[in-house]
Amino acid sequence: MFDLKDVSKTFTLHNQGAAVIEVLSEANMTVAPGECVALTGASGSGKSTLMRMLYGNYRAQSGVVSVAGVDLVQAAPREIIRLRREVLGYVSQFLRVVPRVPTLDVVAEPLLALGVPAEDARDQAATLLARLNIPKTLWDLSPTTFSGGEQQRVNIARGFIHPFPALLLDEPTASLDATNRNVVLELIADAKVRGTAIIGIFHDEAARDQVCDRQIDVTGFSPGCAA
Amino acid sequence: MTDTALLSVRGVTKRYGAHIGCADVSFDLYPGEVMGIVGESGSGKSTLLNCMAGHLEPDAGAVVFDTAVDGPRDTLLMSEPERRMLSRTDWAFVHQHARDGLRMGVSAGGNVGERLMAVGARHYGDIRGSAIDWLGRVEINEARVDDRPTTFSGGMQQRLQIARNLVTGPRLVFMDEPTGGLDVSVQARLLDMIRSLVRDMGLSAIIVTHDLAVVRLLADRLMVMKSGHVVEAGLTDQVLDDPKHAYTQLLVSSILQV
Repeated sequence: MFDLKDVSKTFTLHNQGAAVIEVLSEANMTVAPGECVALTGASGSGKSTLMRMLYGNYRAQSGVVSVAGVDLVQAAPREIIRLRREVLGYVSQFLRVVPRVPTLDVVAEPLLALGVPAEDARDQAATLLARLNIPKTLWDLSPTTFSGGEQQRVNIARGFIHPFPALLLDEPTASLDATNRNVVLELIADAKVRGTAIIGIFHDEAARDQVCDRQIDVTGFSPGCAA
Repeated sequence: MTDTALLSVRGVTKRYGAHIGCADVSFDLYPGEVMGIVGESGSGKSTLLNCMAGHLEPDAGAVVFDTAVDGPRDTLLMSEPERRMLSRTDWAFVHQHARDGLRMGVSAGGNVGERLMAVGARHYGDIRGSAIDWLGRVEINEARVDDRPTTFSGGMQQRLQIARNLVTGPRLVFMDEPTGGLDVSVQARLLDMIRSLVRDMGLSAIIVTHDLAVVRLLADRLMVMKSGHVVEAGLTDQVLDDPKHAYTQLLVSSILQV
């Protein structure tokens, strides 16, 4: 599902004397359907950069980043847009939404974008929000005012409402209490059973050990190491 | 996924004497896509928008639109009546100042109905019915249908302008700073409304703005302009999160954090 070949990434900071920062070089990895892989490595080793490249958010300098057969390095914008709508989900650590839109609609949005009727999409959103223990009284409010943990659960609901065949999870359990953490781990386990290929960053080691089949240390992809 | 672009822009160039308005701009827009054009004042983004929408005549280039009846045609080579018909049916233009896009002496319902009549609607009851339906969709109370837009707030005027533009079911909407000059709470509501309308009607849109937060929420794709040239283009989040060009990096790093 995910297939990386000889991927490298540098940032050029034009406003700081064109400083060039090499982040990744010769990164290679493959993740199959139904597999959950954790990215590990110290802070600053390039985990998040790699995640963003897997989502097509950062563009690689060279190599192939293939997701469900689409090479994100070469793909036209509309191919990436379609891939993200239908195939590739991403649960980030940050919630970015239009202000004043009710939580229920925020969660239902990925389904609406796929053309699911509004009633149906909202019903599914409600089911998922209930499962993630977001109190019903909050569903009509915008999530911008929610606590960190609540926002994170809204993000998770958005990522799991459509059964994406490929899923990226950036610290999905970071600010959750034990009950909600278990709900998220259940969602991940269910997705694996469905055949979803998952790549995640988990600082929560117990969670990582519970759901991940293997770990990839991104320190191995850093330029110093490869040289 | 259809392979015919809704709009193909090729080498559009507009000069004002020795000064460059916009130079050699090319891109393809596909059905359902929303593209943002950003850049500072004077970067040529409004010139480009007006060249595409037929308000300005470019010095060179082609603006090929996939018309419903005849397939792809260069709108710059169309006759004036053809182009006028296009701008009443398949196209819509939302001005930054609602006053430029509305008839201020005519009632709200009349503003919406006028566009319907321009494409041949004649039944008063139907026209009024559509007008009321559209006022509802843009969250204007039905009771205001006979009031003139001069009695509306800025946000309401902008929503009325959008209703007037979308009532004929266009396939491509040009927007020039649609949220400019509105206070932030009105902006948020308008953004949500534009986004839902685009999604539900399957519209394509080209939005010119200097507000990067607006394009992040509305646009799938982004073009960055500087001194009349496109310096960078791509998916909105790619351009904003991983800017390549020096100017884009400067632009992104200049946003005030709230």
